[in-house]
Amino acid sequence: MAVSVSSERDTVASPVQRAFREALYAGAIALGLFILFIGLKTDQNISNQLILAQRWGLLITVVVLTMLGRFFYIAYGQPFMTNQKIADVATGLLPASLASRFFQLPAFIVAIVLAVVLFAFNSALPGLVGDKLAGGLQFLRALAVIYALACVIFYFRAFIHANFTKLGIAALVLYPILVVVVLSIYAWSIMGGLQGSLKWVDNYGIQILIYVMLAWGLNIVVGLAGLLDLGYVAFYAVGAYAYALLGSHYGLSFWILLPVAGAMAAFWGVMLGFPVLRLRGDYLAIVTLAFGEIIRLVLINWRDVTNGSAGVSGIPKVTFFGLMTFNSTDPNYIGKVLDIAQSSAYYKIFLYYLILALALLTAFVTTRLRRMPVGRAWEALREDEIACRSLGINTTTTKLTAFATGAMFGGFAGAFFSARQGFVSPESFVFLESAIILAIVVLGGMGSLVGIAVAAMVMIGGTEALRELDFLKSFFGKDFTPELYRMLLFGMAMVIVMLWKPRGFVGSREPTAFLRERKAVSGSFTKEGHG
Amino acid sequence: MSANSMKDAILQVEHLSMKFGGLVAIGDLSFQAKRGEITALIGPNGAGKTTVFNCITGFYKPSEGMITLNGADGSSFLLERLPNHEIPARAKVARTFQNIRLFSGMTLLENLLVAQHNKLMKASGYTILGLLGIGGYRRASAESVELAKHWLEKADLVDRADDPAGDLPYGAQRRLEIARAMCTGPELLCLDEPAAGLNPKESAALNTLLMDIKSSTSILLIEHDMSVVMQISDHVVVLEYGRKISDGSPQSVRTDPRVIAAYLGVDDEEVETVLTEVGDEDVIEQLDIGPDTAHGPGTSSSYLAGPVSDTIGHSEGERVTVSKGASKAAQFDAKASVAPRKPTERATAKPPGKSPTSKPRGGRK
Repeated sequence: MAVSVSSERDTVASPVQRAFREALYAGAIALGLFILFIGLKTDQNISNQLILAQRWGLLITVVVLTMLGRFFYIAYGQPFMTNQKIADVATGLLPASLASRFFQLPAFIVAIVLAVVLFAFNSALPGLVGDKLAGGLQFLRALAVIYALACVIFYFRAFIHANFTKLGIAALVLYPILVVVVLSIYAWSIMGGLQGSLKWVDNYGIQILIYVMLAWGLNIVVGLAGLLDLGYVAFYAVGAYAYALLGSHYGLSFWILLPVAGAMAAFWGVMLGFPVLRLRGDYLAIVTLAFGEIIRLVLINWRDVTNGSAGVSGIPKVTFFGLMTFNSTDPNYIGKVLDIAQSSAYYKIFLYYLILALALLTAFVTTRLRRMPVGRAWEALREDEIACRSLGINTTTTKLTAFATGAMFGGFAGAFFSARQGFVSPESFVFLESAIILAIVVLGGMGSLVGIAVAAMVMIGGTEALRELDFLKSFFGKDFTPELYRMLLFGMAMVIVMLWKPRGFVGSREPTAFLRERKAVSGSFTKEGHG
Repeated sequence: MSANSMKDAILQVEHLSMKFGGLVAIGDLSFQAKRGEITALIGPNGAGKTTVFNCITGFYKPSEGMITLNGADGSSFLLERLPNHEIPARAKVARTFQNIRLFSGMTLLENLLVAQHNKLMKASGYTILGLLGIGGYRRASAESVELAKHWLEKADLVDRADDPAGDLPYGAQRRLEIARAMCTGPELLCLDEPAAGLNPKESAALNTLLMDIKSSTSILLIEHDMSVVMQISDHVVVLEYGRKISDGSPQSVRTDPRVIAAYLGVDDEEVETVLTEVGDEDVIEQLDIGPDTAHGPGTSSSYLAGPVSDTIGHSEGERVTVSKGASKAAQFDAKASVAPRKPTERATAKPPGKSPTSKPRGGRK
């Protein structure tokens, strides 16, 4: 067999010998990399003088761990994987075989049992095994739950794949209800469940959905029309300040100001669009970046209107279509109208459904537009602008509509954001936000709504989940805060995803029309656009 | 120009000039393309054929001159005054490109639907009505799919309608580009080297497609493949250095000694003799000192003709920036006046059929 021959040729030096050599190289590289990062640390002594702390022990630990990792990978990991590959080719199990070995019924049962037992004895754990181990066990519990969920997803993957959109929407609609029910059972009281759901609905649900909506809006400009926009957060800011200022000064309702915010953002989208129409690629990116900064600087410096860096506060809450409010002092407070107990969770759950509705509107309009001539013209513009002109497409208006539509959804999201926060300041609209939104679009796969939603969930949900890793404090010391590493992890995740899937999670493109059968278009044929 | 020919001509190019800085790409070019005919535009590399196309389809604004398109309904457009995208939309001139420009990430069907953009935009009430699901967009959309299917069948691509355009073989991409241009419903179809890079079988299929299109749409064609030009075109215009050197039926053009000298007939080895016979001093001087590597890789016609980085003058008052002897048609004229008999001998002494069918350059660029 050809495969086994080549694998033998690779192992002329036995794997262990090669592993020794590779481990030495890896150790040398790690030493060179970390000698200043880890080996030395600047610190202040008791009289506030700068001193150099030496941490040779830690450095050696890191280097030795690197060497061991490399050694075991080369000596045992690589031959194992090569053998697996040969075995898989022989048995024809490729490529699902690795996953099917990983997700097995006994392991699934163990994970379920483990999770249930750990949940049941949760409160008793610190007393039984000590604080340190209890934190680790909680992490283990989370891993067991994730593993069990992954098993379920793996075994129903064909069904999930076929009905992904429906299942996804159903899961999103049921999410707050499930959270409240589970936490109510856990806390054995509905009020406790509502109170506990705040974090899950607000920090996870709403936060992720805002980014999903922003990324779906930017997707129209970047993913469909191929115009690289680095200043998307400007439209988010326009929408947010439109609602904040008009709402707090004139007392207008959210439901009136939502379209106004969208229209204003769209207007600024066109204003940005006009001067940059002739620019392409890098030049376009730089001008849009500058536009984003201009808006932020105007917000900071136009103190009479925007109150400068101090921001606008006291932004009115959204009402339940004017029928009920979420201020407990109002006569038509939801608790009084419906005769239920007072809780801040109602507003959060209402906001969750509001942003879900807005995000689904974005998705609906985007999928609808893609099947319309203007949506096809956007994609055609990304593929080849000159050919578009030769077919009688007015590229100027087509680009402007892409900018305006994308900006409009950014404006909607901005209005929602300021209603949710009750406070806006220019701090929220820095370049990093634009970069994160763009990163989500690129990671998700440009043009794919599902991929972008998954990317937003992983990126935003992942950084939020870092806050849950409190048990790490017991290993790394009290001043260890995992969320400070979120940008490092964000960057690492991006590098890994881009190496693994260069066109994003969903690299293929769904055609907008078909004659006989709908076949996804491979990412290798689509272009990214040149601006 | 008689009134009858005015009515007959779908496209009239009059005194067209295109200058890029000091470089004159087209100088005082006039010709016309008749309705229901295939007009071919031929000429050596760099003769300005694609520049003429770019002027007609609005990608360049000509420096001088007038390009008139006479529609079948009696309307008339001055193409040099229309914005780029309105030329296909209003004047109904469609084009293809020398280096194929398809929407490679979109399926064949989508490519043809994009071509019907303006029609569908109107039907969808400029997106707004279509987005709300009212109006006749659904019906118009179904009609546009039918039209796309019609052209896919004509181009023999209907089996691959749902594949990405970038996945097609080269010849099929050429046919798809023509089908896409036809989906805009043009009155004049401008094809920039449609047969470039095609094998003989694909080339024959292309001829059939073009003859089919000709029944409904006039065609203006740039082509290097003489078998295509001679077989299907009704009228041939020959350019050299942006200037028309011949104009007429394929038969008259293939026997025109100026065309043979400029484009079809003179082999590289013969250029030297022609030039020395003409008495070009520069050439004789250069021959004496040996090859000039700065101007070319070796003894080729382009080297002997001197640097062609500039071009020759075309009309009175235009400066002559090219070396003497660059234009081979001019060489022929000069030579004909010195020794009137020789070139005709050369033209007739050629083995018949060899020169007109030989490609001046191989395949694609």
